[in-house]
Amino acid sequence: MAMIVWSIINKSFCSYKVNTKTQRFCRNEYNLTGLCNRSACPLANSQYATVREEDGNCFLYMKTVERSGFPRNMWEKVKLSKSLEKALRQINEYLIYWPGFIKQKCKQRLLKISQYLIRMRKLRLRRQKKLVPIQRKQERRERRREEKALVAARLDSAIEKELLERLKRGTYGDIYNFPQVAFNKALEEEEDAEVNMEGEDYGEDEENEGEEAEEEIDEELEKELEEESENEEIEYVEADSDLERELESESDMEDIEPKATTSVKDNTRRKPRLEIEYETETLSKNAKRTV
Amino acid sequence: MENEENAENGEVLVKPPTLSASDRLAAKKRFRTQRRLSTMKNKVLRNAQWATLKKEKRKVKKEGQKQRKKEAEALGDKAPPKQIPRTIENTREADITTVDHDDEEVTFDITHDEYESYFSKTYVPKILITSSDNPHSKTIHFIRELTKIFPSSECQWRKRSSVKKMIQSAKEKNYTDVVVINEDRRVPNGMLVSHLPDGPTAYFKISNVKLTKDMKYKNIIKEFTTHRPEVILNNFQTRLGQAVSRMLASLFHYDPQFKGRRAVTFHNQRDYIFFRHHRYEFKSQKRAALRELGPRFTLRLKWLQKGTFDTIEGDYEWIIAGKRHEMETSRRRFFL
Repeated sequence: MAMIVWSIINKSFCSYKVNTKTQRFCRNEYNLTGLCNRSACPLANSQYATVREEDGNCFLYMKTVERSGFPRNMWEKVKLSKSLEKALRQINEYLIYWPGFIKQKCKQRLLKISQYLIRMRKLRLRRQKKLVPIQRKQERRERRREEKALVAARLDSAIEKELLERLKRGTYGDIYNFPQVAFNKALEEEEDAEVNMEGEDYGEDEENEGEEAEEEIDEELEKELEEESENEEIEYVEADSDLERELESESDMEDIEPKATTSVKDNTRRKPRLEIEYETETLSKNAKRTV
Repeated sequence: MENEENAENGEVLVKPPTLSASDRLAAKKRFRTQRRLSTMKNKVLRNAQWATLKKEKRKVKKEGQKQRKKEAEALGDKAPPKQIPRTIENTREADITTVDHDDEEVTFDITHDEYESYFSKTYVPKILITSSDNPHSKTIHFIRELTKIFPSSECQWRKRSSVKKMIQSAKEKNYTDVVVINEDRRVPNGMLVSHLPDGPTAYFKISNVKLTKDMKYKNIIKEFTTHRPEVILNNFQTRLGQAVSRMLASLFHYDPQFKGRRAVTFHNQRDYIFFRHHRYEFKSQKRAALRELGPRFTLRLKWLQKGTFDTIEGDYEWIIAGKRHEMETSRRRFFL
């Protein structure tokens, strides 16, 4: 009976057979090896056994000649023990007197299954990376909105405004020796022009500061300012002199034009102490490189 | 955009112009040509027609502008206020949770939240920065720069520890914040900030990272000092925004060294938080020059959770992951 089946299946058509270039696979769920062979075909062997796994439990399926007429009850299902040793002994017990090929393949299959079950259990204990799929449209939308938001934010001017406000509020205390707000309000227009021209380099030249600063300032204040600037000066020369120099000559893009007038003046004043470094910026290249 | 500053607050947004009879006729004609436009099958002709239509529109607009300008000049001081163009910011949907600084409830909440101890200057923040497993070069550089930006921060490599265990051991070693940079496709793409003694945890999406070495000025890394920077938090309007801004502010030392003239900015615009790092110099009382140091990146809040990191059983104050349809109901609605 089995031979007839095999002669048909092998030569003509078997619905479980999958042909590839080098091998024939068998898609039957009860197949022991997964290949399409005379000895491994569950349809062509009246006495057959497999080991299959379900939800972490291994079962031994057996098919005997006596039940070949009852397709419903053909496969006998036995639950194997969870420990590998005991399960192997169970297989030996159930498949005693069975052909060696089937016994061997069953044991091998059981081994493989138990190994992958162990690996699955280990993986579940570790941290698992949660893969979140990227939604293309969302990403595109978010990117575009970010660009628009960046343009709307006008960061540089916002930051500048905030810093100037803090200066006005007095959070910086007396570090910056700009004349006090009360005086400023009285002389605002005049001061603006003067201040821009002469460039308030705090802490650089105490004497010149004293001279150029508005005459309305009290003497006390002046002394205070001088003291401040003295202290300031010392610190600057130690730590930030490089920075100061560079900031003078190679300022922000926004400030280049007005800076032109100040830098010349400043450098001449500083001649006795520091070297002059002139750097030019290539605006055109950098201007195009936006965020 | 500059018109905004001149006009009164929120008074005059651009209204549709009042039309005369001839104008109305012209508008009708334009409407008819526009409708005809959509039925023209020939693309070349259709485009040509559209171009002429646009030209007409532009002409009308320019004339209107010129007229308004003339009128304003003629009237001088009595001119009507300039119209403010509509922007997304001034047409933003009003949020119930907008922070009103005079509100008692708000001030009460502020003084009793998890950051109260920071803002009352009782402790100095100590930050642990780490990454996901196997970080690549960009992430590594980014993390190194972050350690330079956050004062008193340390970087330790992940080596396959879980976040919960990391937080536990960080607590024992007296860290006050943990920052985890997540990486995807060799680029940092997420930042998890967790405030340690049972503080809130927030997860941000990072985009547009630009490292110091890619900045405009060469060798700007030499201008990094170790002065403690001051923090600028711009435009956080709602309660959620306030919570986020306090969280970000508490990563820095409460007492900045103004002599160092470093400023770190978190600017919120339409729910995107832009991070910038500048050195500033006051040229006068009216102007400050900024020089950008340091990396720049944008953050976008993904979720905010009360308590330390516990995504499964945690209590989310705000999350947008599965609820986009509920939350993103309008293009003018923002949460921060």
